[in-house]
Amino acid sequence: MRVCVTGIGCVSGIGVNVGEHLRSFRDGQDGLGPVTLFATNHDVPVSEVKQTNEMLKRQLGIPLSDERSRTALLGMTAAGEAVSDAGLDLRVSDPALRVGLISSTSTGGMDLTESFYPSFRENPSQGRLRFVVSHDAADSTERIADYLGVTGFRTTISTACSSAANAIMMGARMIRQGMLDVVIAGGTDALCKFTLNGFASLMILDREPCRPFDASRAGLNLGEGAGYLVLQSESTLSKTPYCLLSGYANANDAYHQTASSSDGTGAFLAMKGALDKAGLQPEDVDYINAHGTGTPNNDASESQAIRRLFGDRVPGLSSTKTFTGHTLGAAGGLEAVFSVLSLRHGISYPNLNFSTPIEETGLLPLTRYQEGMCLRSVLSNSFGFGGNNTSLLFRQYTR
Amino acid sequence: MLTKPVYIEKATATFELTNDQCQLKEPDYKRMIPNATLRRRMSRIVRMGVATGLQCLEESTTPVDAILTATGLGCLADTEKFMDTILVHNEELLAPTAFIQSTFNTIGAQIALLTGNHSYNNTYVHRAFSLESALLDGGMLLGEEEASSVLVGAVDEMTPALQTILGRMGCWKKYKPGEGAAFFLLSGSPSAKSLVEIRDMELFSGCFTEKEMADRMARFLRHNGAGDAQIILPDTYKPYCGEYPTAMSFALWYSCSWMKDSDDTRPVLLCNSFLNNHSFLLIKKV
Repeated sequence: MRVCVTGIGCVSGIGVNVGEHLRSFRDGQDGLGPVTLFATNHDVPVSEVKQTNEMLKRQLGIPLSDERSRTALLGMTAAGEAVSDAGLDLRVSDPALRVGLISSTSTGGMDLTESFYPSFRENPSQGRLRFVVSHDAADSTERIADYLGVTGFRTTISTACSSAANAIMMGARMIRQGMLDVVIAGGTDALCKFTLNGFASLMILDREPCRPFDASRAGLNLGEGAGYLVLQSESTLSKTPYCLLSGYANANDAYHQTASSSDGTGAFLAMKGALDKAGLQPEDVDYINAHGTGTPNNDASESQAIRRLFGDRVPGLSSTKTFTGHTLGAAGGLEAVFSVLSLRHGISYPNLNFSTPIEETGLLPLTRYQEGMCLRSVLSNSFGFGGNNTSLLFRQYTR
Repeated sequence: MLTKPVYIEKATATFELTNDQCQLKEPDYKRMIPNATLRRRMSRIVRMGVATGLQCLEESTTPVDAILTATGLGCLADTEKFMDTILVHNEELLAPTAFIQSTFNTIGAQIALLTGNHSYNNTYVHRAFSLESALLDGGMLLGEEEASSVLVGAVDEMTPALQTILGRMGCWKKYKPGEGAAFFLLSGSPSAKSLVEIRDMELFSGCFTEKEMADRMARFLRHNGAGDAQIILPDTYKPYCGEYPTAMSFALWYSCSWMKDSDDTRPVLLCNSFLNNHSFLLIKKV
């Protein structure tokens, strides 16, 4: 059974819908700026969604007095767009249609917990409970399910930076096994003080705009956002899909809790596995949306893995994190949306801020925005802490 | 939801039952995690999960084809520790260990790292659906024949802060606070070692009346030809293990141990409900 992509939705520092993202990519406009969402001593650029929680609530029709984590609001925005884009209204759709939601997040409701914890820490009878009820990762998923009208299967995945890619992979597998007809899958993460300090403590935040695959790269920029796909079984299609999700694989680097192996074993296994699943060869891939965080370690490891798989014939590749920052649990969802758009409009995205290749691997990412090209298949990489690596392979739809 | 039955070959957990009392019994950490530096660096939940998981793999001669973990709230003590550090040190010169270990996939990743396992690795974090989702994923991998053996485990920890917060929310009126780890080695085909067979499972969400729940249960049992099943409700097992998001893992572990030696061959239906998420797990002696 083939798995079709029929809807896409995204929100990030460069836009609150698909159209705005396309415009920012065309204009070469990144989403970076100073932190405005909370007070912090860290003077690093981040890519924030340019809307307050109030603005997001208004657009979603949620009363301003209702407490919602920013993670949930971003997720509702992007998943809502994906579902309308697919032409589905889940509140009135055929009850026989089995619809599921598989969402991912790394921070959950931490943005609200941060309003609770300082007073609680001073005095355990203090701190408003309404700020902490959304702490768990499932809260955003349940809120999104309610907002969309999904009454059936729902679950949440959290494997750090590969979370959303794993959610999409699970969705595809459930369709292939005939368990569900439609799956909304992706991820959402709001920027919060916890993660900003976490990445600062690891000393992998760049004070400048990140430079993935560049010899001078010095770390990542954090971002926030959400990206969702609507996956559908071919037999339930009511429109021509964007493309197929024809391959996927999840592998573990098993090298170190946070660092990637120098030979990129996990990354290689994930990419190779996705190609094998799709029955494709390396030369069939026309574009790679790389994980490309801009950290010295990730990009070296990912480059080695790409060289190992593609040899001297590396397809066009770029890291869209130069636009959106690293959105962690949402990254795999956003980048899956960008990969689908890449196939649909023949887009190759520029890898901003690149000038000098990494000496050992010499990969030359794309630096110019192009559209209207004929792309057959696109590979999207999502690699995370804990060696959790996942690659997705999207392919042109043919009847 | 399962397309094919799944067999539990081994079950390990951090519990001990004596005189009808259930107590938390932490594994022999020194034996399971001999590297002292590593062991010390691990927080309690990570140590519990990793040691219980490794114990489950102890007799395996071939590497498992997937490592799946489940946790409702993840590594809370590390999360609290890192939040404290941010506040106390005013965002300066923070040690990264607590942050690194606060991620939900730490336990699954550590098991992969310590066993050098490059295969499929995933972590589910959806309240009372966490373990159930991991079991479903494992069942799917075995059904797809992508795997012949899969490690599935659930871990949750209770911290003083969590106990206070949930207490303020009124969560301990029915059951005491609980925590623990349980791991299961799954196979797609039965063997002489198989403890129980997971025949089917169902996950559903919403607010239901008692009558609606009973109808749903009857339909599920009828569908599986298991009308004679013994029904184990949360009221049966939560007084022992307490309330926590992955409490179903205790019920499953406990069932594995008593069913193996029991003459009663009737199937068992394990039920769990937490907020609006409900699950049925139908198991049977092999």
